Amino acid sequence: MVKPTRVTNSIRSIRESAGMTQAELARRIGVTRQTLIAIEQGRYSPTLELAFQISRVFGASLDELFQYPEEG
Amino acid sequence: MSYSERITWSQLIASTIGTAVYLVLVVPQLAHTPVGEIDWVWPMVWTILGAIVLSITISILWGIAAGMLDPEAEHRADQRDREIEQFGDRIGQAFLVLGSLAGLVLAMVSADWFWIGNALFLGFFLSALLGGIARLVAYRRGFQ
Repeated sequence: MVKPTRVTNSIRSIRESAGMTQAELARRIGVTRQTLIAIEQGRYSPTLELAFQISRVFGASLDELFQYPEEG
Repeated sequence: MSYSERITWSQLIASTIGTAVYLVLVVPQLAHTPVGEIDWVWPMVWTILGAIVLSITISILWGIAAGMLDPEAEHRADQRDREIEQFGDRIGQAFLVLGSLAGLVLAMVSADWFWIGNALFLGFFLSALLGGIARLVAYRRGFQ
């Protein structure tokens, strides 16, 4: 389904804090730079596996990287 | 723009041009020629082949240009590209089935081969067009 994801994330700010470029992070998690940009902008929800790979790169938990609004 | 998005654009442009050329060649004949005598087979074959060659040519040239503008441009598909491709295929497949059903019904009522062939062709074209548009919307608007 094509619809904006409700999942938001802090990948961009965490990545910038770590001094890492989009190209470098994309290479480390095995996706194209366009896909990483789409993830950072909330236009694509990564799979759970990809989310874990990102969390491993930064040594952060999934909750630190991704947020999902409470129901209601 | 990713490699797969460029491919999608190339296919969409080529199939639209190919179909437009076919329509320009065949539709005017409807006005003054009985459908059984319309020359549609080879125009269809050549426009389909032409669209395939054009699609490949556009994607190669676009890839070269993208590589020159951005040496770090990647020429591979990843997980998101594959998911978007599958999504587009699902949309396109619906129109492929509709075109096939139309062809089947026309064959059942003994319609002229012209209508059967063109119903199938329309199904192929709509499948490529709407599947491609769905992919591009997914690339641009978001996909989950």
